[in-house]
Amino acid sequence: MAVKDAGQHASRSRTRRKPVDQPAAKPDLIQLLTPEGERTEHPDYPLELTPQEIQALYRDLVLVRRIDFEAIALQRQGELGIWASLLGQEAAQVGSGRALGERDMAFPTYREHGVAWCRGVDPAKLLELYRGVSHGGWDPKEHNFHLYTIVIGAQTLHATGYAMGIQRDGALGDDGEAAIVYFGDGATSQGDVNEAFIWASVTNAPVVFFCQNNQWAISEPLDRQTRIPLYQRARGFGFPGLRVDGNDVFACLAVTRQAMQAAREGQGPTLIEAFTYRMGAHTTTDDPTRYRLSAELESWKLKDPIERVKQHLIRSGMAQEDFFAEVAAEADEVGKRLRKACLEMPDPDPLSMFDNIYAEPSALLAEERAQLDAYLSSFVPEEVVR
Amino acid sequence: MTEGIGGAGGPVRLTLSKALNEGLRKAMENDPKVVIMGEDVGKLGGVFRVTDGLQKDFGEDRVLDTPLAESGIVGTAIGLALRGYRPVCEIQFDGFVFPAFDQIVSQLAKMAKRSSGYLRLPVVVRIPCGGGIGAVEHHSESPEAHFVHTAGLRVVACGDPADAYAMIQQAVLSDDPVIFFEPKRRYWDRTDVDLAGGLAAALPFNRARTLASGSDVTLLCYGPMVRTCVEAATAAADEGRSLEVIDLRSLSPLDTETIFASVRKTGRCVVVHEAPVTGGLGAEIAARVSQECFYHLEAPVLRVGGYSTPYPPSRIEEHYLPDLDRVLDTVDRAFGY
Repeated sequence: MAVKDAGQHASRSRTRRKPVDQPAAKPDLIQLLTPEGERTEHPDYPLELTPQEIQALYRDLVLVRRIDFEAIALQRQGELGIWASLLGQEAAQVGSGRALGERDMAFPTYREHGVAWCRGVDPAKLLELYRGVSHGGWDPKEHNFHLYTIVIGAQTLHATGYAMGIQRDGALGDDGEAAIVYFGDGATSQGDVNEAFIWASVTNAPVVFFCQNNQWAISEPLDRQTRIPLYQRARGFGFPGLRVDGNDVFACLAVTRQAMQAAREGQGPTLIEAFTYRMGAHTTTDDPTRYRLSAELESWKLKDPIERVKQHLIRSGMAQEDFFAEVAAEADEVGKRLRKACLEMPDPDPLSMFDNIYAEPSALLAEERAQLDAYLSSFVPEEVVR
Repeated sequence: MTEGIGGAGGPVRLTLSKALNEGLRKAMENDPKVVIMGEDVGKLGGVFRVTDGLQKDFGEDRVLDTPLAESGIVGTAIGLALRGYRPVCEIQFDGFVFPAFDQIVSQLAKMAKRSSGYLRLPVVVRIPCGGGIGAVEHHSESPEAHFVHTAGLRVVACGDPADAYAMIQQAVLSDDPVIFFEPKRRYWDRTDVDLAGGLAAALPFNRARTLASGSDVTLLCYGPMVRTCVEAATAAADEGRSLEVIDLRSLSPLDTETIFASVRKTGRCVVVHEAPVTGGLGAEIAARVSQECFYHLEAPVLRVGGYSTPYPPSRIEEHYLPDLDRVLDTVDRAFGY
């Protein structure tokens, strides 16, 4: 019986139709820096960077990875409840993050620590959510970096609506503004993301959809989400889509700059698929050894986003050993500061749970707050008991 | 710009639909950041004509016909609010709010708190609600309890044209997200509406209003049941019973001050709504009244509402919806203890 079932299943698989319009060749991957650190050119994405700019990108990548490492360690030591690591996705985040203008608005998921860094958010603020002392912690307007959104894909609609506001403000043109929204491969299956694509398309909204395809939605591989390359979906919605090497910080910078400028000038949305890999677990509670092979991980290690920039700097003579040592020392400093800030982070006052829910005063919340206050006050202080 | 019918000043007799239309027009005139968005709200003026003529007068940027996706309507409204706009969304029918449920409950309601106070979300979600119009499935529901249960939202229901005219403007002015219920079978009811009167004299929209004073029973209602309960009070008066009718207006927060004062006076309380009584607003009110007015009560708090069934086919909806007789029957029972 079991054999027969298996056979039926196999025969169904064989008769599965090929998706239409699937190109025979591998899709074009926009790349400006090979995994070996060699600079390449792309006719559509010219990019000129000074040695200082390349050094700055390298510094960003290293510091962001260091922040991530420190946060994982803090979680392991019980200081954070959970952490969503960005390991492997540094180039996608730093490249796109550094492509933004000050007035552009970014809408992140909960893994965009690298983008947060580029937007000037204090890394310690990112820990508040994961330590459980707040749900957010920074002023989105101060950094033009929205709060982390945990419900998958919900923020794509917020970004699109924000972009519709930019249109209404008449803030388009050469010095215009645009929004960028981050999401993952799994999110592309969400209704909200598809609705955002439709909205952005029919309103020609100045928004860039930046999808970090890290190949895994917790345990589900990409083929659970799609049968065509994700960037090709944009065509069906009526706007351009492209695939960039998500481990190439130069290429991510170049394509995002161009897409953002097109959006600012009123040319509408672009879907960028940053092809990358989640090197770590989904979060610190996840165990990827249950669902993926280490060979896959090993092959992606060879495409490391930081190593290739380092090789490029060395080969081209743009940086010497002292520069790398300096960055490493700064990274340790950033890690130390983050650790200290985390350990010193006080638990919030229990009564603060009643704050900031409504703009207008709420008698109900005032009453409940007083109830909790009275209840807490009814306990005899510990020092008295002793 | 076409002048609204309120140009002449003084009270005019308007339908609920037109009163809401005039209130929205006023809100749009007062603040260029107010935008209306929804399905068929533009050229058509909404399936109930609440937004009739607004796109013609304010343009397509301010009155948007959206793609047909409710999550998208609320989700993009949130984005517009983050950019400084004050969107008023129309959900075409009550039963279609559920595709937007996540955006309302997980995003709209929680974002101010999530931001530790940095953000405010002045979004109004208008929902025509309730039954009694002979409609097909999903067009007759009363989903208010879902939203009352969600912290971070203000939930209101208008009961008549004069009140609706002020309430919709107050909702737009609120810096909190507001779920605004409109009783669809009352859209064509008419009352005098003072279009020239400003909001300063209007009742704050977190307050209940007493429509009929009485001494025997407090009748609590909102939305479509307001008219039913006023008629019930008139009928009861013929039988020598004095009912105090209170239109709650605000379902979250509840004006418990007004409710408790009335019940302490009458000693009896009946809550009336179209929504199923199980887990409904009446349950919440009954619990609070029992706790705060225990020694004043002559009878348990009773509820009249929809049964614990999906909304029935329209040919039998009259048996599901509370009407004057069922309200009076329950009032009778309140005297049986």
